[in-house]
Amino acid sequence: MKPRTIIDKIWENHVVYREDGKPDLLYIDLHLVHEVTSPQAFEGLRQKGRKVRRPDLTFATMDHNVPTVNRFVIADEVARNQIAALERNCREFSIPLADLYSEEQGIVHVIGPELGLTQPGKTIVCGDSHTSTHGAFGALAFGIGTSEVEHVLATQTLWQHKPKTLQIRIDGKLGEGVAAKDVILAIIGRYGVGVGTGYIIEFTGEVIRNMSMEERMTICNMSIEAGARAGLVSPDETTFAYLRGRKYTPKGEEFEKAVERWRALATDEGAEYDKTIEIDASTIAPMVTWGTNPSMSTSVDGTVPHPEEFASETEQKAVRRALEYMGLKPGTPITEIPVQHVFIGSCTNSRISDLREAAKIVKGKKVAKGVRALVVPGSQQVKKQAEEEGLAQIFIDAGFEWRDSGCSACLGMNPDIIPEGEHCASTSNRNFEGRQGKGARTHLVSPAMAAAAAIYGHFVDVRKLKKEPVH
Amino acid sequence: MKPFTIHKGKVAGIDRANIDTDQIIPKQFLKRIERTGFGKFLFYDWRYIDGEKPNPAFELNWPENEGATILVANENFGCGSSREHAPWALQDYGFQAIIAPSFADIFYNNCLKNGLLPIQLAKEDVEYLLRESKKADYELTISLEKQQVYDDHGFARAFAIDPYRKQLLLKGWDEIDLTFVYEPYIAEYERKHCPMP
Repeated sequence: MKPRTIIDKIWENHVVYREDGKPDLLYIDLHLVHEVTSPQAFEGLRQKGRKVRRPDLTFATMDHNVPTVNRFVIADEVARNQIAALERNCREFSIPLADLYSEEQGIVHVIGPELGLTQPGKTIVCGDSHTSTHGAFGALAFGIGTSEVEHVLATQTLWQHKPKTLQIRIDGKLGEGVAAKDVILAIIGRYGVGVGTGYIIEFTGEVIRNMSMEERMTICNMSIEAGARAGLVSPDETTFAYLRGRKYTPKGEEFEKAVERWRALATDEGAEYDKTIEIDASTIAPMVTWGTNPSMSTSVDGTVPHPEEFASETEQKAVRRALEYMGLKPGTPITEIPVQHVFIGSCTNSRISDLREAAKIVKGKKVAKGVRALVVPGSQQVKKQAEEEGLAQIFIDAGFEWRDSGCSACLGMNPDIIPEGEHCASTSNRNFEGRQGKGARTHLVSPAMAAAAAIYGHFVDVRKLKKEPVH
Repeated sequence: MKPFTIHKGKVAGIDRANIDTDQIIPKQFLKRIERTGFGKFLFYDWRYIDGEKPNPAFELNWPENEGATILVANENFGCGSSREHAPWALQDYGFQAIIAPSFADIFYNNCLKNGLLPIQLAKEDVEYLLRESKKADYELTISLEKQQVYDDHGFARAFAIDPYRKQLLLKGWDEIDLTFVYEPYIAEYERKHCPMP
């Protein structure tokens, strides 16, 4: 048989019906649901008297809207209604829900892997573009809109054309202090926010192989910022070790059988991709975005660019507009940009290893005067673990605010909003205008870089800082 | 879904690339649980100063763009979040078609599900339309049946669309009803691969 990529294998395994001139009808193994993109879908089901076909393959939580302090008191009536609607819908359609009272609640893309719902070879969808995160496990996972949410609820399938395949191969060794976040920001910075449009990305190479599952999740999470609906990594021993013993993974002998199946999913030697990009890890430094899309970035030792450095007129115009929005002058060293807010959280970087990396920088220091710094763990389980490991205390002692889990200031649907005109070093995924609040100026960075910015009040090259042992 | 067959309407241009769905419909409006009424919040932060006064610098507030039903923009339109509130807002505002050199994948899909027609044209054609759109009363006609975009002055371009999606749009069919026709295949797949517990 011709060598195949993991993308081809998962796709073929899920074709329910195929006919010329039509997209394939694909089966969906796991449908994750949250409060923001689902109410209209459930309403659609009700209006037509339809049922949820497989509540057992559906799992819901609330994350976008939830307050991260006093989480049971939702002051915003519209947000409260939306959360109540999800509770009602899950009850009516018998869908399991990790609600605000549950120890399993958290950002949907953090709890899926944590609970072992996310597994190699699965097709996974959610009404959220960062569903690509689950690709880290060798799953085909992508974001969908509300109409598709309704379609999956009713039929457990989607009509899909198979996208092209893009291999991004990262070989060599990452330098000390260079994180997974820097790798994905560097890729998007070099190849643009549209490089993956129409593609599914498979991340390969020595760097990916040496990464933990949490680092792989950070990379796959931001596939969508490169334009790709899905990004994935072939599963290996690291994947299986992470999944062993999780709540929803098979147990005992069943687990060993599953591992054999999962192992066979990895891309075959000699399989062909529609496009391949190769990156030398040694060329990647800690990154900071200076603009209003994730490709507008440079290394921490760089400077804010001049619009004239860009080739096309469209780009120059976009850069001028971005610099005006960000209140930045061309030529300013990145390390001289003052920071008033720090946000450590989001589905990109809110897992236990992210908090450990940040705590190593923070331990024994204080947040700079005039800086407000938040740590929002990705899930209640991450929160608990960080408290047990003493990480929470390190943050609190330094003057960080220690919060409950949720999407929080990544998109500011809850009260965690960055004020107009202020700069925020953020471990999230989008630096769009107004993303963290109207007029807020977001700089995307790794957890260690965000922590350092909190301590110094401006960006600092973490490669030059001492890290303290934390656990 | 509302069928889309042929449409003639006024053209508005926003000459920016990478217009993301956070701009099209900011997050504070995603808390509503309805599908309608998002038009007044379309491009909210660009469109209004302090949330109430129309911003005269924003293209959709220019008099020549009043009543436009076709939007032309630059590359990678609709990137970012999967929020279907973006096409809902564009449609509720009055747009029936969006023309750009490229679209983000999820946004493109979301448009098709709502009868809002996304049309991909070559960059130079989009540049031409962006220039023409500055004329008050510049109109385009879009025939989905013929897969043609044309004006009254000789501009005419063909556009591509997936034949399956085209049928659904022309007929305004409910996709879930159609999929139920394939229920035996779904049941068979489940029997083999994914039985009910």
